[in-house]
Amino acid sequence: MSTHSTRLAARIMVAPSVLLLLVWMIIPLGMTLYFSFRFYRLLSPDRTGWTGFTNYAWFLNSPDFWQAMGNTLALVGGVLIITVVLGILIALLIDQPVKGQGVLRILVIAPFFVMPPVAASIWENLFMHPQNGLFAAIATGFGAQPILFLEQHPMASVITIVAWEWLPFATLILLTAMQSLSSEQLEAAEMDGATPFSRFRYIILPHLTRAITVVILIQTIFLLGIFGEIYTTTQGGPGSASTTLPYMIFKQAIVAKDIGRAAAGGIIAVILANIIAYFLMRGIGRNLDN
Amino acid sequence: MARAVSPRRKLLMTLAAWSVALIIFFPVFWMIVTSFKTEASAVASPPQFLGADWTIENYVDVWARSDYPRFFWNSVVIAIGSTLLGLAIAIPAAWSMAFVPGKRTKDLLMWMLSTKMMPAVAVFIPLYLLFQQFGLFDTKIGLVLALMLINLPIIIWMLYTYFKEIPGEILEAARMDGATLWGEIVYVLTPMAIPGIASTMLLNIILAWNEAFWTITLTTTKAAPLSAFIASFSAPQGLFYAKLSAASAMAIMPILILGWFSQKQLVRGLTFGAVK
Amino acid sequence: MGKITLNNVRKSFGEVDVIPDIDLTIEDGEFVVFVGPSGCGKSTLLRLIAGLEDTTSGTISIDGKDATALPPAKRGLAMVFQSYALYPHMSVRKNIAFPLKMAGQTPAEQEAKVQAAAKVLNLTDYLDRKPGQLSGGQRQRVAIGRAIVREPAAFLFDEPLSNLDAALRVSMRQEISELHQSLKTTMIYVTHDQVEAMTMADKIVVLHAGRIEQVGSPLDLYNNPRNTFVAGFIGSPKMNLIEGAEAAKHSAHTIGMRPEHITVGSGPWQGKVILSEHLGSDTFLKIDGGDLGILTVRAGGEVIAPPGSTVHLSPDMTKLHRFGADGLALA
Repeated sequence: MSTHSTRLAARIMVAPSVLLLLVWMIIPLGMTLYFSFRFYRLLSPDRTGWTGFTNYAWFLNSPDFWQAMGNTLALVGGVLIITVVLGILIALLIDQPVKGQGVLRILVIAPFFVMPPVAASIWENLFMHPQNGLFAAIATGFGAQPILFLEQHPMASVITIVAWEWLPFATLILLTAMQSLSSEQLEAAEMDGATPFSRFRYIILPHLTRAITVVILIQTIFLLGIFGEIYTTTQGGPGSASTTLPYMIFKQAIVAKDIGRAAAGGIIAVILANIIAYFLMRGIGRNLDN
Repeated sequence: MARAVSPRRKLLMTLAAWSVALIIFFPVFWMIVTSFKTEASAVASPPQFLGADWTIENYVDVWARSDYPRFFWNSVVIAIGSTLLGLAIAIPAAWSMAFVPGKRTKDLLMWMLSTKMMPAVAVFIPLYLLFQQFGLFDTKIGLVLALMLINLPIIIWMLYTYFKEIPGEILEAARMDGATLWGEIVYVLTPMAIPGIASTMLLNIILAWNEAFWTITLTTTKAAPLSAFIASFSAPQGLFYAKLSAASAMAIMPILILGWFSQKQLVRGLTFGAVK
Repeated sequence: MGKITLNNVRKSFGEVDVIPDIDLTIEDGEFVVFVGPSGCGKSTLLRLIAGLEDTTSGTISIDGKDATALPPAKRGLAMVFQSYALYPHMSVRKNIAFPLKMAGQTPAEQEAKVQAAAKVLNLTDYLDRKPGQLSGGQRQRVAIGRAIVREPAAFLFDEPLSNLDAALRVSMRQEISELHQSLKTTMIYVTHDQVEAMTMADKIVVLHAGRIEQVGSPLDLYNNPRNTFVAGFIGSPKMNLIEGAEAAKHSAHTIGMRPEHITVGSGPWQGKVILSEHLGSDTFLKIDGGDLGILTVRAGGEVIAPPGSTVHLSPDMTKLHRFGADGLALA
């Protein structure tokens, strides 16, 4: 398929997307880097200048920052564990000969298609609300005090909401991988005398390794940037209890209007993403032959 | 895994599976139920189900007597606009990468996918300022551009995988049959690629409609789509749960329906082909 | 029309010389088969003739005119691909008409030619079906039909029967041969199956690692193989190639004797039967001949020689082939 005329045409056709993505990435990233080393507050536009690493130092010295880092890692780690473990179990369940598989899939996958603000809103108002929520009603029904989910356990609540949203994704991927496992392999194992649990442990689980790896990688990318759910429910509060790194940067930019600091935060976020990506690729990237 | 199992085991499995599925789906179900209650019924304690007062007032109120249609329309424009624009740029790129691959093609694809891994907050500040400076802030055009750019890697990737599935021999046959390059594209490639293009469109509309960072941070009132609207009006002071539920239900319904048709595309598009 | 000449054709992919240097003439109306093991370059050669690949150097002429720089559409050739490469979204009718449409013929002209081709190939009842609704053999015919309507100078076939089951392969093979007899157009046919080559060809080109080992008629190659490669490739089961003391007896490095030229009974050779395959019409024996190596012998269907028994073999010395240390046949 390779003749000279087609090769030139091909290069011209890729050019726009390459240019656009370069511009989208390089220019803003460069600007963020630039701003991070400057004093730049929207409320004091006349004061500008080079401040070196002051903005970075502010972050590293701020307890809010370390809490945000912890929250970010808790969010990513918590959701990953919940979605992968439950995802495997649910996929196993649906993969059984059960009636109405088609409808089952639709029910299980639905939460993924609910936009984050709506997902957050449902949980916040209909379930977790201390006066009108379903959980409160159940608690008082048993004579107990309603739990103030978003006030007292903000991070856990956010993790619950996000896990609910992403469980379908993990389940779908794992189910797809499971269904690509040839039944002949399992039948051979059965003839070799393997119990259902052994079959799961020695045949199904290894087959799923690649899919699990993909789920972890993809979800991590998206989970590091979770925003809408926090914005809708806790706005990072109470105080900074449910503020993650992205939300903290957002607050610096929009609320505190400190561009310099927010930019430094942005660069820190990039470094964090790269570190996590590095460890992920090392730790489990071997499972992929992408 | 189709093997004969005992009826008892099948029953137990079916019960277990359905219980789990209904629990997972319950929040969506409860929201839809709430949207058809009167406000009083919605906040009644203990929660009412069968004994509630039912109405479709909430839907009428939200749609006909508030600004809601404008937000809905914004979502439609932004989702479809960014998808069409993305396709226009991605189809030629994916075509050339699939059919005239060079030594660097795989690397180029990987690089494109890696741009999706960049944290949004890293580019957020300059884009926020640039959008304001160039009058793109709180405009539909601005959002169409932004969403197109964040989803472009996925669009290109998906089209690439679909194009690669078209056997090269069929295009060669067209060439031997006398088709020019343009003829190849019009008579053979495009008709065969239409299902793939449609799938990609579907997935992208879903991703753009549900996007909840740029749609919130780059808008205030004029161009705000449903995601921003719901996010800002979420914790209602007082008694508007039923209406909020109706608004939410209408906001997610198009995507729930589209999503039903696009499970396969989801797996292909978001796992970058690593899972089949 | 339909004479194709290749002069010093060379094709490399990057550093690899897939075809170092080939000279070949194909006469008008010939049925030429390119045959050889996987990776020998036969498909590449076909694609070079078709124009789907550019030559690295050398010229290709069609009917005396230099076609080296011409794109496929302008060479006046038609190709039947291994996977048939039918357009899945078009009906059989539209598939066959496609080249005519590209050539700008009127719908009336297209329909007339499609009907004619369909009649020859027994496709008239299937014209409105899509390829997905056809069997393998029918799809093959549609691919051939699409090639026929172009009225090409030559037909190019790239392993067209590989995807068919055994029985279908035999009948399609005969259909293609009969097609050649009625159309009398040049046909270049690529296969790795030497049975197809032997039964269909006027001329066989045996290829190996990008080089032509021998060109000749089927019987030529059978009776007078130029080297051990051709000797071992043509003929099924393979010719027995024997080295060592027995070969030295005949002043050769290697001697060859075909399984069908060895009789079981009394004779100078002997060995122990390892395996005995009964086809009914023939019996094939795998024999451990000691210093002679492992021999394959074809015997009549009535011959019974159980594994483990010792047999005496009488090779027909008039059919002995002698090869030197370089693998070339000795006079």
